[in-house]
Amino acid sequence: MSRLWRRNRHWVTPALFLLPGLILFGTVILAASIETVWISLHDWDGIGAKAWVGLANYVELVDDPQFYVSLKNNVIWLLIFMLAPPIGLALALIVNQRIRGMRFLKSLFFVPLVLATVTVGVVFGWVYDPNFGLLQLVFSAFGATAPALLSDETFVTFAVAAAALWPQIAFCMILFLAGLNSLNDDLIAAGRVDGARGWRMLRHVVLPQLSQVGFIAIAVTVIGALRSFDMIAVMTSGGPYGSSTVLAYQMYQESIFSYRFGYGAAIATVLFVIMIVFIAWYLNGLIKAERSNV
Amino acid sequence: MYPRPIPEDARVQRALYLGGVALVVILWLLPLLAVMLTSIRSNEELMAGNYWGWPQKFSLIENYKAVFEQTAMLRFFLNSLLITIPSVIGVLILSTLTGFVLSRYPFCGSNLIFALFVGGNFLPAQIMMIPVRDLMVRLGLYDTVYALIIFHIAFQTGFATLFMRNFIAALPGELFQAARAEGASPFQTLRHVVLPLVRPALAALAILTFTFVWNDYFWAIVLTQSDAVKPVTAGLNNLRGEWTSAWNIVSAATIFVALPPVVMFFMMQKHFVAGLTMGAVKG
Repeated sequence: MSRLWRRNRHWVTPALFLLPGLILFGTVILAASIETVWISLHDWDGIGAKAWVGLANYVELVDDPQFYVSLKNNVIWLLIFMLAPPIGLALALIVNQRIRGMRFLKSLFFVPLVLATVTVGVVFGWVYDPNFGLLQLVFSAFGATAPALLSDETFVTFAVAAAALWPQIAFCMILFLAGLNSLNDDLIAAGRVDGARGWRMLRHVVLPQLSQVGFIAIAVTVIGALRSFDMIAVMTSGGPYGSSTVLAYQMYQESIFSYRFGYGAAIATVLFVIMIVFIAWYLNGLIKAERSNV
Repeated sequence: MYPRPIPEDARVQRALYLGGVALVVILWLLPLLAVMLTSIRSNEELMAGNYWGWPQKFSLIENYKAVFEQTAMLRFFLNSLLITIPSVIGVLILSTLTGFVLSRYPFCGSNLIFALFVGGNFLPAQIMMIPVRDLMVRLGLYDTVYALIIFHIAFQTGFATLFMRNFIAALPGELFQAARAEGASPFQTLRHVVLPLVRPALAALAILTFTFVWNDYFWAIVLTQSDAVKPVTAGLNNLRGEWTSAWNIVSAATIFVALPPVVMFFMMQKHFVAGLTMGAVKG
């Protein structure tokens, strides 16, 4: 027995090490994600038996005006979130100095990132309040009245996404600061000798070296935009009149509030497909970058 | 260094620069500062419409006392600790094991398994919501802290495996060759070579996982219902519905919820930033 163990332990122990994590992740995360696709082919209230309906949920989805509202809002989120990488880069450029006290100031910029999205939602609900919010304060300084952004069907998604931008900018800023700290000093010095300054220095010497970090910042931001849920749940609950839903939120609503789990799963599957395209693009970019590094 | 460093002898420039950055920080954090200010304001002042002026009377203690005594926030806070701490410990153990194997024992399919861990980590939560909820209902764990602990351990293991695998892969290979030459078993290698060296990675991972799990809201509302198990994030949102006009109490509760991750962040700032950048950049 012990000889058998000794001969095989070089692979049995590693396998035993790997299994708990693999099984847990495989069943709870991966298998569940795939099961959603299966559920989307059924009519199911979440408790009783599932009834096979084929693609009926998808057919219904194509005719559901709410689906297009969600899709449009997902695009708005994506576009607004694209502001995070450039603003994050700008802030990183501003604070990238080694002076006594800068470390602390820099870390204050990161605070929004460690706040819960619920906290950010509550904070911005307060900023946007038309009666006493920060926004109202700014507007009244110019003698105007602040619009009630969160109850306005046209502006609500922009307002919520702009609030969610706050932590996202901080995230991009951290990434770009790491990028700025690994710049090649020789290239910068050579650029300076050649008389490159200001915008040209940034454009032709610095930005090319930040391309990898920039790619990661953009990818993380895209995925963050598509994942948006918490802020909508906290700030608007999808309202007014369902005008601020995104796919993730509509899916939650259909399943948890309307007990239409099959339909919810169909929405989740559409989101899944959109995400997979981006995840594949991201992983592909990373693998390429890793190869070129080696 | 880019941008060009401000020279050390340019005292005035440095002072102006610091002042300018400080101003930007204040603008940047203004929404949060407003909530902090509101959390020490008295109810009468809010009623009278003094939202932004300097408080005439500081009600810091009254407001926070009200949060502890009149709301269930303390209970929620405890629940959050009961959920977050076991989750972090579980993630650290599982990902050290998976990261060790995936970095040091290449086998057919190990890259595929690694890619699954990494890819799965980017999936949005909604995609697994229905089956996970159903699973917890069937296991009888729905509306218990265990449902959240199990889910968080499973989900965070994806990111954490990526993190630990890259960290262990970057350790000097000679150490592992030496261990093998001495006839050390995988378990002994783990115990005497890996564990002493991964401490900084574990610290970074612990603070990151703590923040992610503490701040979770989606799974809190999907997997729990009753006040007895609800974490602070879900609790805060309920509170906001119940105390609509008492903004000072809601603000105090908001600060209370934000405190643990912010304190952790300032205590372990270096680890947090290094971890986040390494996770994203190397990942």
